[in-house]
Parts: sequence; structure tokens; C-alpha cells
Amino acid sequence: MPVIDTAGQRVWQLRDRKSTLLRWFGYFVCVLAFVISMQYIANQTFWVFVVDSGRQIGDLFGRMFPPEWPYAFQLWGPLWDTLNIATIGTLVAVVLAIPVTFLAARNTTPHPVFRMVALLLIVVSRSVNSLIWALIIVALIGPGVLAGIAAISLRAVGFISKLLYEAVEEINQEQVEAMLATGASRLQVILYAIVPQIRPAFVGISVFRWDINIREATVLGLVGAGGIGFQLNSAINRLMWDRASLIFVMIFLLVLFSEALSARIRKSIT
Amino acid sequence: MAAIPAQARRWSPPPQIRNPLLRWGLVLGGVAYLVLASMSIDVNWQRVALGIERSSRVLSGFLRPDFAGRGPQILGGLLESMAMAVTSTVIGAALCIPFGLGAARNISTPAVYFVCRLVIVLARSFQEVIIAIFFVVMVGFGPFAGMLTLSLSTIGFLAKLLAEAIEGTDETQIEAMRATGASWPQVVVYGVVPQVLPRFIGLTVYRLDQNFRNSAVIGIVGAGGIGAVLTTAMSRYDYEVAGAILLSIVTLVLAAEYISGIIRARLQ
Repeated sequence: MPVIDTAGQRVWQLRDRKSTLLRWFGYFVCVLAFVISMQYIANQTFWVFVVDSGRQIGDLFGRMFPPEWPYAFQLWGPLWDTLNIATIGTLVAVVLAIPVTFLAARNTTPHPVFRMVALLLIVVSRSVNSLIWALIIVALIGPGVLAGIAAISLRAVGFISKLLYEAVEEINQEQVEAMLATGASRLQVILYAIVPQIRPAFVGISVFRWDINIREATVLGLVGAGGIGFQLNSAINRLMWDRASLIFVMIFLLVLFSEALSARIRKSIT
Repeated sequence: MAAIPAQARRWSPPPQIRNPLLRWGLVLGGVAYLVLASMSIDVNWQRVALGIERSSRVLSGFLRPDFAGRGPQILGGLLESMAMAVTSTVIGAALCIPFGLGAARNISTPAVYFVCRLVIVLARSFQEVIIAIFFVVMVGFGPFAGMLTLSLSTIGFLAKLLAEAIEGTDETQIEAMRATGASWPQVVVYGVVPQVLPRFIGLTVYRLDQNFRNSAVIGIVGAGGIGAVLTTAMSRYDYEVAGAILLSIVTLVLAAEYISGIIRARLQ
């Protein structure tokens, strides 16, 4: 904390001149980025449509209410598919993530080269959204629930592995040393010294990702990868907004259910 | 005393769930669910065989990314995505503050708490793509709809985590402030803000990176950004261009993550 001597008076300041200037420069860059971005977007916008938006949304809600309730009977199947895509996708991702985790963690990897490969896999998996994975997979194996499961698990592998390998790197190393001192093999060390330490994190991360996956699975159908998104897409394409609103209600209920369940499970393990 | 044979002394870890009835019930339920769930996978094996045949073409397209062919479109899409990410993060971070304050149980009243939580739940329940559908209908195709979408989801995300951060603050400081007769704004500014500000800035930086990623998908329903270019490339079977777009997304996300990691580390 600098004290500045001005005209014989010692004035205390939170920061010295250099860091104050640096700070203001940071604010300036942020504001500049915002203004330029805003301008860029404004240039690409047809303001006539924006002015019209109030009427449009009123019209839309008018068409959405009342929802076509009888249609709900045809939605249980897709909703069940959505749940299954998320759940099986999470399970597959968890199974795939376990080896990747131990290859990626600094303290369990057999060789730095394996670590590099595992980290690369994690990065690629994480930076591509599951909807984009779905686009690619639908192009490969055609539309359907299987494509959805593959898309969900490809995205979730990176997420789970990343959080899990960070947990592995943060474990208490003393237990590993104690195991090694008894002459335990590498596998035994992992099973008895590392796994018990990361189990709560493992369950927490998996359940958290399952909750996210439910949300993502609701839209996979928009690109043909199964689930309720498919019905949503066809309802919107045929401008049947009373059906779309019913689908929104169903999605909302499904998400609420999954969030409550995952919060409960995570609470019980900590 | 007779020596116990080594076999009988084997140790096995105690089960996670003590009650055997519950334990086996959960296992049985899990298996039953998996059997039922796997029935909803209906695979058209003919289509899969066809796809595997074709996959060499798709994959070779992804492996030979073509940046030049649609260079201007890709660059424009990426700039649009970045602009959407920056504006929506700023707007979202500004607008999430009232909801975050209102949704923190320890400094809010029950009625306000309920309303703010409701807004957060609504904003968070729907995937960005669904919100984007609404905004595209409202304001037309283009990045403006995308910006509004990402702003709304940012509000939901940041407000929830801000509320949790406020609920996790040290209660004694707030109590000390109240004891001096501080008004509600004073309590917030001097008691709460210093405690949550580092975490809030960290979350906002994290969200910037998240918004860029999400901006790549809302283009599928017409909300601008690189996603629109990607969808076009995919539907034209232009896998070389799609590969180039994916590669640029991965690179930019990596760069964003690296930078945001540095910023967040410096804030701690």
C-alpha cells in the first residue's frame, strides 16, 4: 500500500499511480470492446423488425395459448427418449472418462505423452457444443436416439474428465505413498488410495453433468438426434405454436425434475 | 489358538450403502431402467452401414479444413460470435445484479426472493437454442436475437451464482453493519460487495468464454454468429469448410479459456 508524499503531507492510497493507470486502461479496453461489439451488432440488425417485436411477441403468445393439451399423450414417448438420451449418454461418458482422467492427471499418467493426448481429447470434446457434435454424428450415422446419445457423451467426456482429473491432482499424496511403501502395484494404488478420495467428486460431477445433459438433450432433436426437440422442430416448422407451448411446458417440468433430483443427490453425498 | 487361514482374513471394503435391501433394490432398479431405456434406441443398421461407408468422406473433409474457400464468411461469423459474446456478457452481468441481490435469502424479503428465484429458474430451464427461437421470432434473424438470447441465459446463470455467493458471505460483517444502523444499500455496498466482488468478476469472465461457445450453436435456429455459417456448411455437405469452422472454434475457445484462466488466477 503506497503512501504518497505530496507537499509534506503523507497521503495514503489504495494503489500507486502505475496500477491505477493500468486499472483505468483495463476499464477503457472493456468499454471499447463493448462499444465496438454493440456497433457491429447494430449494423447487422434490421431495426424495423425490432420495432415490430412487441406486436410479434403478442401475436406469438396469442397463438401459444391455450396449449393443445391432448397432444401431451403423444409426447410421453419423446420425453422418455430425451431422458434416456441424457442418462445413457452420461453413463457412456462416465465410462469413457475414467481412463482419460487417469491418463490426464499428472500424478497417475504413465507417460507425459499420454497426458498430452488425453488433454487434447478433453479440449476438443469440451470446445464443441453437443448440438454441433449432433450435427456431425447425424451426418455420419443418420438421425435417431443413438446419434443423440453419441453427441451427449462426446461432449460430456471432456467435461467429466477435466473436473475429475483436477480432483485427482488435488488428492492427498500421503495415502499414495503409504500404499507404494507396502509394495502395491499401480492399479492397487489407484483402486485403494485414489478412488476412495475422489469418489464424492466423481458422483457429484456425474450427477451435475446428467442435469446439464437433460437440458441439452431437449434440443438435440432440432438437428435430428432424437428426443422431444424433434417434435418441437416440427411444431415450429408447421407454425403450430399451441403444440410448441405444450412442449415448452413439458421441457420445463423435465428440467425442474432433473434439477431437484441432482440437487438432492449432491446434497446427500457431501 | 488355531491359526486363521490367510484366505479367511481377506479384507474387503465396506459397502457404500449399509442396508442390503436398499442396495440391491437400487442395483435392480438401475438394471431394469437400463433395459427399458435401451429399448428406445432404434437403430437403422442399414443407415449406419451407409454412414460408415460415407464417413471416410466426411472425416477426410474434416481433416482437410478449407479456410480459403469461404474465408470472409467464416471470419464474419467469428467476429459476429465474438461481438455477441462480449455484449451479452456485459448486459447480462449488469442486469443480473438486481436479481442476484433479490435471490439471496439473507438480504432479501420473502416476496422479492420468490419473484427473483422464479425469474432465475425460468431463464435457466431452457437451453439457449429454445430461448433463441423466441427472440428470432421477436426481432428477426441475426446477431441481435443472439445477443438477447445470450444475455438472458447469462442473467440466469450469474444471478444464481451471485445469490449463492451472497448467501455464503460472512454473516458477522453484515450483522456488524446493521448494528451501526446502516441502511440496506449501505449494507450491500460495504458489507456484501467486498466479499463477493472477486468471485463475481471471476464468474463473469468464465461466462464470457461460455457465451462464445454457446454463440456457435444458436446460429442453428437463425440467431447469427458462426453457428449459422457452420449449419450452412453442414447442410451443403461442405465438410472441408465445416472442418475449418470447427477448428477455428476450438482454437478460439482454447485461447479464450487460457486468457480467462490467467485473469481468474490474478483475481484470487
